[in-house]
Amino acid sequence: MRVLIMGCGRVGALLANVLDAEGHEVTVMDTNSRSFGRLNPTFKGNALLGDGTDEDSLRKAGIEEMDAFLALTQGDNRNIMAAQIAKHIFGVYRVICRVYDPLRNELYQSLGLDAVSPTTVFSQLLEGKLSKKIEEI
Amino acid sequence: MYIIVIGGGRVGFFLSRALLDEGHELLVIEKDPFKVEHIEEELGSVCMQGDGCEATTLDEAGTGRADIFIAVTNEDEDNLVACQVAKHKFNVPRIIARISNPKNETLFKKLGIDVTVSTTNLIMQEIEQELPAHPMTHLLELKKGELEVFEVRIPPSSKVVGKQTREIPLPPGSILSLIVKDVGVQVPTPYTILEANDRVIAVIRPELAKDLRSVLVGS
Repeated sequence: MRVLIMGCGRVGALLANVLDAEGHEVTVMDTNSRSFGRLNPTFKGNALLGDGTDEDSLRKAGIEEMDAFLALTQGDNRNIMAAQIAKHIFGVYRVICRVYDPLRNELYQSLGLDAVSPTTVFSQLLEGKLSKKIEEI
Repeated sequence: MYIIVIGGGRVGFFLSRALLDEGHELLVIEKDPFKVEHIEEELGSVCMQGDGCEATTLDEAGTGRADIFIAVTNEDEDNLVACQVAKHKFNVPRIIARISNPKNETLFKKLGIDVTVSTTNLIMQEIEQELPAHPMTHLLELKKGELEVFEVRIPPSSKVVGKQTREIPLPPGSILSLIVKDVGVQVPTPYTILEANDRVIAVIRPELAKDLRSVLVGS
């Protein structure tokens, strides 16, 4: 699988390392080259400096040949915009973006975007843990 | 009309002042408290502090009854999201977005935000009309961007010089509607011969404009 990850933060880098170790072709994009320090020394993929909300940068990163695109920057709006470019302009098969804000996340899911809110997911997980604990008492 | 403006920077400020002068009901939504204060001092109680991309903020602002929603922040991504929320959550009938990167125009239109204003494009259009060496000038948009009208100056080196219009491999759906020659303006027939320095007014779908240019200008 050829994957393009926008944002080499904690999640982006972790995912890149894991996918790379599994043998996939990974390209990571970030606007700050220091972020690439999070990649394993054994990382075989590409690390590119660039802005995923810019069509030309995405083209240079090879988005036209990608099977999947993940938008994992710290900014919800940047992730939303990049994901929509990937989906609607480049027709990438699998597009996933992180949208922290639960309301915005819901809106974009209803618009057909594969948006994941860590806020929602984590609070659901905690709720699950808590209800389990209460039952055990 | 009730108009909501997202972004209280310089563009937002002067736009709001102009709209207020025309007598519209206005609300500006701005994140920065200093800008909010400035707007309130200069224009009155027309500013709300908040993030114009958040549905809860827009709800408080009465976006549901807005007639026009205008996003003029500095960031295209923020303008995009604010407009999408206004469109899909609040069904505002008229939505206008400012874009800095001209490449984003296609994306915004694909996502249903028909009216985009790009300062870069506006200035480029001004420059193109001034530069005599520039062979192809975008003149106007027809039918909400489905068709565009261009003026193409045929350089002496072009392959089509001396050819009849019926011999030219034009892109599908393109129309040469007028030819401006030294002797005057003509509506071309299939037998009209193109000459160097003729100016052709062509109507074409925007995505085929590059092909038209290479057919008419290429040497």
